[in-house]
Amino acid sequence: MQEIYNLIPFVLISAGILVSLIFEMYAKNSKRIIAWFSVFIFLAAGFHSLVNVDNAQLFFNSMLQVGGNINIFIFLFNFAAALVVLMAMDYSSKYGNNFGEFYILLQSSVLGMMLMAGAKDLFVIFLGLEIMSVSFYALAGLNRMRLKANEASLKYFLLGSFATGFIVYGIALIFGSTNTTSIPQIVDKFGELTHNLLFMAGILMFLIGFSFKMAAFPFHMWVPDVYEGSATTVAGFFSTAGKTAAFSAVIITLGSVFMHGNANIFEPYLVVLAVTSMLYGSIVAIAQNNIKRMLAYSSIAHAGYLMIGLASGNYEGIAGIIFYLAAYTFMNLGAFGVVALIEGKDETNLTFESYTGLSKKQPFLAAMLAICMFSLAGIPPFAGFFGKYYIFIAAIKSDLTWLAIVGVISSVISIYFYLRVVVIMYFNETEIDLTVQKSNYGLLAVVISVILVIIIGIAPGSLIDLISSFLK
Amino acid sequence: MLTQYIPIFIVLSIAIIFAVVTVSASKIFGPQRPNKEKLSTYESGMKPVGTTRERMSIKYYLVAMLFIIFDIEVVFVYPWAVNFKSMYAEQGISVFFSMLVFLIVLELGYLYVYKKGGFKWD
Amino acid sequence: MIELIYLTVLLPLLGFIINGVFGSKIKNEKVIGIIGSSTIGLSFIITVLAFFETLSLPTENREHIIELFTWLKVGGLDIHIAYQVDQLSLVMALVVTGVGFIIHVYSMGYMHGDKSYWRYFAYLNLFIFAMMNLILADNFVLLFLGWEGVGLCSYLLIGFWYEKKFEKSTTSEAGKKAFIVNRIGDFGFLLGIFLIYLTFGSLNFGEVFARAGAPGIPESTFNYIALFLFIGAVGKSAQLPLYTWLPDAMAGPTPVSALIHAATMVTAGVYMVARCSIIFVSAPAILTVVAVIGAATALFAATIALVQNDIKKVLAYSTISQLGYMFLALGVGAFSAGIFHLMTHAFFKALLFLGAGSIIHAMHGEQNIQNYGGLKKYLPTTFATFLIASLAISGIPLLSGFFSKDEILWFSFANGNVLYWGIGAFTALLTAFYMFRLVYLTFMGKERIAKDKHPHESPKVMTIPLIILGVLSAIGGFIGIPALFSGESGNKFEHWLEPIFKNAGNKLAIYQTHSHSTEIILMIISVVLAITGIMVARNIYLKNPSFADKMKNRFNGVYKILWNKYFVDEFYDRLIVRPIYRFSESVLWKITDAKIIDGVVDGTASLVNSISEKIRKFENGVAQFYALIMTVGVAIALFWIIFSL
Repeated sequence: MQEIYNLIPFVLISAGILVSLIFEMYAKNSKRIIAWFSVFIFLAAGFHSLVNVDNAQLFFNSMLQVGGNINIFIFLFNFAAALVVLMAMDYSSKYGNNFGEFYILLQSSVLGMMLMAGAKDLFVIFLGLEIMSVSFYALAGLNRMRLKANEASLKYFLLGSFATGFIVYGIALIFGSTNTTSIPQIVDKFGELTHNLLFMAGILMFLIGFSFKMAAFPFHMWVPDVYEGSATTVAGFFSTAGKTAAFSAVIITLGSVFMHGNANIFEPYLVVLAVTSMLYGSIVAIAQNNIKRMLAYSSIAHAGYLMIGLASGNYEGIAGIIFYLAAYTFMNLGAFGVVALIEGKDETNLTFESYTGLSKKQPFLAAMLAICMFSLAGIPPFAGFFGKYYIFIAAIKSDLTWLAIVGVISSVISIYFYLRVVVIMYFNETEIDLTVQKSNYGLLAVVISVILVIIIGIAPGSLIDLISSFLK
Repeated sequence: MLTQYIPIFIVLSIAIIFAVVTVSASKIFGPQRPNKEKLSTYESGMKPVGTTRERMSIKYYLVAMLFIIFDIEVVFVYPWAVNFKSMYAEQGISVFFSMLVFLIVLELGYLYVYKKGGFKWD
Repeated sequence: MIELIYLTVLLPLLGFIINGVFGSKIKNEKVIGIIGSSTIGLSFIITVLAFFETLSLPTENREHIIELFTWLKVGGLDIHIAYQVDQLSLVMALVVTGVGFIIHVYSMGYMHGDKSYWRYFAYLNLFIFAMMNLILADNFVLLFLGWEGVGLCSYLLIGFWYEKKFEKSTTSEAGKKAFIVNRIGDFGFLLGIFLIYLTFGSLNFGEVFARAGAPGIPESTFNYIALFLFIGAVGKSAQLPLYTWLPDAMAGPTPVSALIHAATMVTAGVYMVARCSIIFVSAPAILTVVAVIGAATALFAATIALVQNDIKKVLAYSTISQLGYMFLALGVGAFSAGIFHLMTHAFFKALLFLGAGSIIHAMHGEQNIQNYGGLKKYLPTTFATFLIASLAISGIPLLSGFFSKDEILWFSFANGNVLYWGIGAFTALLTAFYMFRLVYLTFMGKERIAKDKHPHESPKVMTIPLIILGVLSAIGGFIGIPALFSGESGNKFEHWLEPIFKNAGNKLAIYQTHSHSTEIILMIISVVLAITGIMVARNIYLKNPSFADKMKNRFNGVYKILWNKYFVDEFYDRLIVRPIYRFSESVLWKITDAKIIDGVVDGTASLVNSISEKIRKFENGVAQFYALIMTVGVAIALFWIIFSL
């Protein structure tokens, strides 16, 4: 029975998809029902995985692991998805993607992410990746009446499948040189194969494919267009859960390589990507005038910070990444949540001009957005500061002090555009009226995210303790 | 070393011979009355030459997609059916149920398409 | 209840959040006041229960650490949000929550009708939150957090009526002064914490004090640590030479002066030195410095208090003087005596300030005692309680101040020398004099009240707190009756705190034996001095009012110096404040800031901006181009892997 018990999150989401399909077919008020049902199963799966974080166990001929640090990822995916559902309840009708399928696709993408995070076999990673990606492509373009959404969906699909091609090619090369797709076995053979060109090229291809999903330079080109075109809630989901899933896959492959004492051969690749992503994201974000595009470039910069953790290739780096992902998920969802609340019909109220004087018109939303911006900029005592802190410490520990310095410089640049939002909201006056459609659930999701940002900022030690205890 | 590939080689040669023989036989023995339509390239009933921005009925894609789904179903079910006896002896009734779950999931999708009007042809 | 001690920290925080966030929406003053007071009241109840639970435990099991969560963990630095419940922190917590609760209730009456009523209670709760963190902390970082937190609240509350004029400038200037002077002390404290971490490799009290008790660390190291910590204490507890902020802090509402600038925050320095007793006794030289500074401050502030006319100013200098006593006690190694005086002082000084608040309330803001007189018949309750407090602070037998002050005087003689005792005893004389000068000028004699003022007794919500504090001031000393009188059982208060200071006491080991007769003689002398002070004040200010003016003219030079507080503020202004102003204006602002820093920052910003504008064109929206960029990236990566292998 224990076996089934540990698998509950997977079973719950899979069965949830089917049940939601039935609701969609037969129930009259299907959208609301499916939305609440999704919140329920996401929360149930999320908390189940959090409670059972101690029971690590292998399933399906050791192809899938549940428990341990994987459950932290599963919790993040589910919790983020639950928040996104709350945000989307009122937003969807405003944006025009108010279909029951929206939630079903969300569920299936979460299932894919969970498979990626728990995979112990390259094929399971690929399976999860495809389930997630295909759902994402559809989510991006769910409103087919909207030209920009169609464009976003198509671009995401074209470039995404291009990147997936690299992943498959990488897996093929790895299989060709090791005769196995099982990650633990590959990790065992890693030491003796470090001079095998096919093997190394395979792993590199694999990494490149995931660099695309993480939105790292130069595989980031899709990000601004897709975030801008797709619904704000969906963009928030891509940038948080999607990024977390991509990192989880790399952590379980590359991370387990480091943790078996192998040299970090891919350090130059990761360092170059980290530096270019951070600087490119931070610098280009300055020139943006649309808040969604600004957040897209910020997402690229954050991919760079996270890559510092991979480049340092030690326990602290991995723990730092997981911590950072948790912090980033909540602060970014909070920011996207506020943007979704303020956004009007037909892509209005997305430029910075709409945010002028927001502190007078919507003091509460302005305060929430300000906290998220402070956290994203890495200003203590919010969660984002400690995320960067742990990652930079990890870099310094593995003699990459210069990389940490570049990270700090990039953070300083990024303060410019994050705080510009705060300045615009609090210190600029405007005559323009702003009508904001009331949405209690969206507000609830934002408040939950912000509270978590503050809690993680107040008690970072407990979270990092928890994460490190599951890495060892 | 190459001896193990001999059967493939034989199949390949038979295929080539068959193709060459049938095509040349119809060329030699059949009646030849060519016109414009007959000489144009065959493209599954579509016009081979024209504007590239031609609109096509969405049903065309729907059928294609549904076909792929059921195609994959067959790909899964056929080998399962062939091996069923031996697998049943080995693993018991669970073999049957795992395929049942697969089919239920698939049929649910089928039902969804039906309910959403995917088969309404007009 | 010991396990729930964190509630005493969280409840005030909750009150702060409720009043701070929703306060401006709540129109009803009562609701705000009850929320603000009840959180502190509940904290007090929890503290009392925890106290009795601790009391029921055997002596060796009385120290507990309640850990909430890990805060920071980097390398060797491992900091938890953890609260230490032991004899010392419980005494402090009882004083802070008990006196704090009384003052909250009093404030409900005093602040009635203020337009920022909610802001006041929010700040007050935030203060209690920070103060509880300070005294319950089990490590230096959390202590420092509370230390800075109370400083912030002090700043906010001094400048609470930020539009109001205060002396030559505004109340917000007074707040800034308090903040900046405290910064100097905090800087020393921070250096001390860094040095502790360097020396002991930890910031946890338990570990630091255990390692400090073990041999092997040179005395010079201890000297530096103790000196830096003491600088912090000097700033917070307003000792020479950093005391100048406290008289100005009187710009805040009077209950704030009672709570923060008399009973609790200013004693944080005393608490910190007592907590680090083991470090201080390991640095005997610095311990002497503590005693000397304490004694000097006690005398210095008492002389200034002799001639001040603002009722709150007199009490402020009196507070500085009494804090000097406490440091004198700490300096001679009588830690529990210092804490004992801290506690009794909290009672009677809070009472004096609240009484002063009641008078000011009755007199519609008038603070000059020369314009009072004969208020006894208008304010009977205030008079009675004020008199008790004045007798207590003067050291009249059986009142709380007598026991605590006398214990300090005795130890300053027994552990220190005759000079300490002499200064202490003389200060006691001055204390009795200026306190009764205040009493006689305010409550008795001829009415000198302006015609348009109609004094009236304060409402019950203000007088009942006065009565409670009056009772405490009267009987609060009985828990610390010296062994001389109580015989076998000894000094209960000292006995209670003994485990905390045991290690320090063993290391000090300078207790000389003096006969009981010496103790009795000294006690009688100090009582006689106190009564003399009262009598002199009576003769001058009640019987013979013109005599005061005669004295003033006769000793005009001395009077001028005292009236102008030894010109210390002016001295600081000339020597430190103005040169810094001039330097920062001419060099730091006009050259460094405006030219160099602004130039670099603006230049970089515009450079980044123009780069940004150029690169954004790169993102042209064409999917094929995106794929091309990806391919180039892949190609470079593959070239790298091929050539690096």
